[in-house]
Amino acid sequence: MRTAALVILAVLLVLVCWPHAQGTAPASPLTLVTREGRRAVATTILNAQEFIGLDDLAALFQLSVREDALAGGVTVTYKGRTVVAAPDQPMASVNGRVVALPAPIVRAGRRLLVPLDFIPRAIAPIYDSPIELRRASRLLIVGNVRVPRVAIRFEAAGPPTRLTLDVVPPLMVNTGYEAGRVLVRVEADALDIATIPAGGGLIDQVRAEQTAITIALNSRAGPPRISATTTNESTRVVVEVPLAASQESAAPAPAPPQPPPTAAPEAAPPPLATRTAKLQTMVVDAGHGGDDNGVRGPKGTLEKQITLDAARRLKTLVESRLGVRVVMTRDDDRAVSLDERAAIANNSKADLFLSLHANGSPAASVKGAEVYYLRLDRAGEDARRNAAATELILPVVGGTTRPIDIIQWDLAQASHVDASSRFASMLEEELEKHVPAGPRPLQQAPMRVLSGANMPAALVEMVYLTNSEQEQRVKSDDFQGGIVQALYDAIVRFKSSLETSPTP
Amino acid sequence: MNRKRWLQVGGIVLVFAVAVWIASTILERVVSPAPAPSTTPAPAAPAASVPHIIATLYYGTPDGQGLAAIKREVPLGDGPREQGRQILESELEAAPAPYVSLIPQGTMLRAFYITDRGDAFVDLSTEVSTQHPGGSTNELLTVYAIVNAVTANLSSVERVQILIDGKQADTLAGHVDLRRPFERDTVLVRETKSTE
Repeated sequence: MRTAALVILAVLLVLVCWPHAQGTAPASPLTLVTREGRRAVATTILNAQEFIGLDDLAALFQLSVREDALAGGVTVTYKGRTVVAAPDQPMASVNGRVVALPAPIVRAGRRLLVPLDFIPRAIAPIYDSPIELRRASRLLIVGNVRVPRVAIRFEAAGPPTRLTLDVVPPLMVNTGYEAGRVLVRVEADALDIATIPAGGGLIDQVRAEQTAITIALNSRAGPPRISATTTNESTRVVVEVPLAASQESAAPAPAPPQPPPTAAPEAAPPPLATRTAKLQTMVVDAGHGGDDNGVRGPKGTLEKQITLDAARRLKTLVESRLGVRVVMTRDDDRAVSLDERAAIANNSKADLFLSLHANGSPAASVKGAEVYYLRLDRAGEDARRNAAATELILPVVGGTTRPIDIIQWDLAQASHVDASSRFASMLEEELEKHVPAGPRPLQQAPMRVLSGANMPAALVEMVYLTNSEQEQRVKSDDFQGGIVQALYDAIVRFKSSLETSPTP
Repeated sequence: MNRKRWLQVGGIVLVFAVAVWIASTILERVVSPAPAPSTTPAPAAPAASVPHIIATLYYGTPDGQGLAAIKREVPLGDGPREQGRQILESELEAAPAPYVSLIPQGTMLRAFYITDRGDAFVDLSTEVSTQHPGGSTNELLTVYAIVNAVTANLSSVERVQILIDGKQADTLAGHVDLRRPFERDTVLVRETKSTE
């Protein structure tokens, strides 16, 4: 009987001392994001309210906490600024101003717990750095860190399956595709993703980790088309997943959306050499630009301007009449390195590269158009001979393998020299119909801009600017029109030759 | 009277003598096949006391359409490296008329050396690039004037790499790839002559 009374007394004591200690942990901890990194912060659910330990907050924000033993209140101080929380009252005085809280402070054993809203309502006003609590994504963001909101939506189950990711505010996004996975990496400190949709259509799973979103594709999926566009409000990434070619012998999908050419890395590896023998995208390279004027005519005409004018006219003509996408290496007067020009072509997965120039001679009498394609030296010839032997079989996730062509970056043109020679001949023949031909109308030379292009490529010297008659004529609409028409006719011929002949 | 007459005859004789002397001098110049000793020889010709070799140098043809291979006297150098340096120094000088210079004026030879594998390195000052007039044709002519001048005269050299200011360069003016060495190429040569 005495023992039973003691047990009851003990239970009562416990209940009195820890009146609110029966909290449960929430589904997931809060994630604190600061410039230094991320960490999880534990919280407790009590009476349907989420609480956080005041001692944890004191450690996180360098607060000093003083309890008033007599009144039962708590004073929180940070750099001379104070918050006084009254006992049993759902409110606090922040620097003399009263703010409402969803619940009063509670005591759990030795710890004091404050409702989660204590952070934005009481601590944020007295703290030096901005503090933002995002409840939906369970993020506590402190300081100037980039944590964009990312909304992931299925637009169409397809095929093609279309998934969009909207990043607000707009930030730089890198995308990649490898081994059946699309990787979208956002240049941010953390991502605020409210909900991650389950898979659907040809997408098995969407997963987010730190600042990357991984989209795992179904085994029936073909190579996806990934595009990123940025407006003032957001950056939108669209991932479109078609059925693999082996799954469906349907007509080829429409031309891929234009990838941002500015994202071209300086020394990106050439893309895989497996592509169809069709002309879908071509690169028109306006020679020189910026500080590099190129040749200057006796009356001051600059090569960089002539090449840009011709490139713009050619782009309009080819896109409107031929339906071939034209990517320019520059569309204004700026310097673009020779490597960057080749990188733009390679990253655009272009099927043809045409570099436009105006020539210069030591004698003023020389005039006429000349066409160049790449002449290989010994190293280039070796690369060409071994082109077929450089295929590498790499294992990929899922236990399968994938053949990859390994091409030395600066010799990418080696395996295309034959096609380039055909294209150069067509250019020379068409140019001769419209404008005077130079002393060596078709030449092979070690041209730097052509060597890194992983596609058929040629360089045209349209006129000799050092010849005053040609300098005068090149500005005329007729003459420019003739040159551009000749280039266009050669492109048309090359395109149809690709369509009628097997893949080179 | 007599005395006056003698003076007149003396004057006529003097005028005649002066006229004959002038006429003979002019006649001598016109008829004589030998050049006057004061006229200067070709710029590359060394002083008579310095031993020299006959080397092939490359310039632009007068019509600007190719290279002219011209035999000229170049000071004898001690060994291939020194000889190569002498050849390049001569190559960098202005072209003899009627040929045209292909290497920008003011370009200096900073260094020249040959490796055991037969690769020669021609290190030129930045003027070769900064003062270059540009254009694929101009650039090809400049490059092969230098490459051929070295390879045509030095049998130990198989390939020539052009450096600018001691460093590997991309191009002279945006066209011809200078990252790898060049072999001799006579495709652009249109004319072969000896001026000496």
